[in-house]
Amino acid sequence: MRAQSGATRMVMVAGAVAALSVVAACGGGEGSPIGNAGGDSTKASDGSVTLEFSQWWEPEMPKGALRGIMDDFEKANPGIKVNLISAPYASTQQQTVAGAASKTLADVVGLDGAWVSDFAKQKAIADLSTLMKDSGYDESQLASQIKVGGETYMIPVVNFVYPMFSNDDLLAKAGVSAPPATRTQFADAAKKVTATGNGAYGWILPLAQDAPNGIQNDVMSWAWASGGSMLKDGKPDVTNAAVTSVVTFIKSLWDAKVIAPGALTMKEQDKVEQFTNGRVGMMIDSLAHINLIRQNNPKLKFSISALPAEDGYTGKRGMPYASWGIGVSDSSPHKAQAFKLVQYLMSTDVNAKLSSIANAFPGNTKSVPDFVKSDAMFKTAFDIWNKGVPANEFTGLPTAEDLMRSFDVQLQETLANGQPVNTSLSNVQADWSSKF
Amino acid sequence: MSAPTIPAPTAPSPARPGRPAGAAPGRRRTSLGRRLAPYGYLAPVAVLMLVLMILPVAVVIRYSFFDNVIISPTSVLVGLRNYVQILTDPLFRTATRNTAVFTGVSVLAHLVLGLGFAMLLNSPLLGRRTKTVFRTIFVMPWLLTVAIIAILWRLLLDPNGVVNFGLQSVGLIDGPVAWFSELNLALPAVTVMNIWAGYPFFMVSLLAGLQGISADLYEAAAVDGASWWRRFFHVTLPSLRPIIISMALLDVIWTSQQFPLIWMTTGGGPLERTEMLSTYTYKLAFSEYQFAQASASAVIMLLVALVLAVFYVRHQRARD
Repeated sequence: MRAQSGATRMVMVAGAVAALSVVAACGGGEGSPIGNAGGDSTKASDGSVTLEFSQWWEPEMPKGALRGIMDDFEKANPGIKVNLISAPYASTQQQTVAGAASKTLADVVGLDGAWVSDFAKQKAIADLSTLMKDSGYDESQLASQIKVGGETYMIPVVNFVYPMFSNDDLLAKAGVSAPPATRTQFADAAKKVTATGNGAYGWILPLAQDAPNGIQNDVMSWAWASGGSMLKDGKPDVTNAAVTSVVTFIKSLWDAKVIAPGALTMKEQDKVEQFTNGRVGMMIDSLAHINLIRQNNPKLKFSISALPAEDGYTGKRGMPYASWGIGVSDSSPHKAQAFKLVQYLMSTDVNAKLSSIANAFPGNTKSVPDFVKSDAMFKTAFDIWNKGVPANEFTGLPTAEDLMRSFDVQLQETLANGQPVNTSLSNVQADWSSKF
Repeated sequence: MSAPTIPAPTAPSPARPGRPAGAAPGRRRTSLGRRLAPYGYLAPVAVLMLVLMILPVAVVIRYSFFDNVIISPTSVLVGLRNYVQILTDPLFRTATRNTAVFTGVSVLAHLVLGLGFAMLLNSPLLGRRTKTVFRTIFVMPWLLTVAIIAILWRLLLDPNGVVNFGLQSVGLIDGPVAWFSELNLALPAVTVMNIWAGYPFFMVSLLAGLQGISADLYEAAAVDGASWWRRFFHVTLPSLRPIIISMALLDVIWTSQQFPLIWMTTGGGPLERTEMLSTYTYKLAFSEYQFAQASASAVIMLLVALVLAVFYVRHQRARD
């Protein structure tokens, strides 16, 4: 009898424990918010503060690299500790969306420019302009800032630029002596490379709808390289001459069959793989892939150059880039300490170190990463970067990924279904306008 | 002389028949504990179901009646507006049509292939070792995770992949075909991939069913002079009918919700040719941040699945 009632109690306790563990597990699941910035449980009795820093950077860096930088920060700032919350990009995005909604973002948040507008409107991330002013920070050293409504909400820590990669051997075989600098030269080179046969194509264009960043990196970059824009006074302006000429140009390449097949569902990694395997003459891609290409095909001879511009264009060339951005949670009780971490990561030496590790260009104009001194190709890219201007108009736009996808669908209508360019761009204009 | 008085029997407790009156409080507690014990045993599962299944579903249903959920702290009740928007969206209709074709063809092919392979493996014409080899080969797709299947088929159907190479080698095609990117080939391509990924489930279930059919039935049919086809239509199929119906209903539910295979190969493209209800809902939520409309779309999918689930449960009950 006693044993039975004991068993009953045990079952009750087990039930309670199971319930609590389930609730706890749900709290940390994928898609659930990250961080606990809403409360002040991160302040120890000795007055020290533990900051939470959510990002997708750590899994993309060598093991222990980001933790090492955080350890240095903790040494330089006694009383502040940093707890890294790391996950791959897609998980970080989902968790950050959930955290922004429930106001439980980590104190310091790794951000993609495409998310900023929505988070700023939700008041989930703090106005960095105020934090910079309060701490007397010299913002002139920042290469760029992502603003919404005139206030800064994200600072790009490091930038991954997208120059043009050329397969030297394929171009030489096609009788092209140097990477093209204008659209006419590019079209000519692409046709010549395709004509060499053996399954080689002049250009490669990833337009997968599930990852529509090809619109930003491989399509709109042509407009930015010639000083064009898809916006006017912060509003959509995709029917202008600059964007129309880009889509018309791409359509002409498509009709000439110089674009590698499979473009409509191709992703960025497929593009890099095809180029690495020597099947493509030219591609626009992240500088971060240089080492990957070298590693996977050490025999491939390739070079990088600025994106070709419209014939006769002499102005500064815009170069697309993607960033590891940083922001501060608006609900963090430790905003001042959180901004200290931002300042630290943006300081000249630390930013150079981080850039060197990530093979990216620094967000601080005074920082010079090591690879620029040791690698000629990175040096070339750094020179192109410094001569041009960073260009990514999708950064900071509302539902940026969806805008790209909308453009993607209409571009595919033009390429594969023969829809006139003007109709496609008018459709994009109407769709984008409804989202601004 | 007075008659001896016999004490009236104590009325048994309605709750515990036969329990003597004035039972000790400790025993009463034991009895309560005994009554609660089953609930205690059930509690972990009940809590798990509540937290992991009922609660999320309830939250999604609630979201579907509000506006700007998750992204705004001030969402307001909008009634059926999200449902009207979803049901009148041409893309939703395209996704529904694609899902219906994808599901219908997949389930039918799963059934035909599964039954064919199951009959092959059940055939007395094959030796034990041969059967083992074929069983291992046929069940292979089932052992692979969805991500691996997607990568495998992306490589196979790549313009520079094995399939194009083979077809070009035998002269069936002139140049490389981008199976996932051609407007008219994308939906058939993802359907073929899904058929390959899903037929082993049918095969294994039907093989178990075939092995359960009494040999006497076939012998009697053979004695009556029935041909192979007549034995198949009048013995095999009727015997397998309950399994086929159960499998088909489950497969319709699972296939209509297929997301990862589509997302990792075509992402719903090209030009919405492979847009399914699952990818449509995902894009609404994680690309447009329209969580309320995504919830409405998910609830519509849930209702369809629910109808099928009711049929499935009723069929199972009838079987039992």
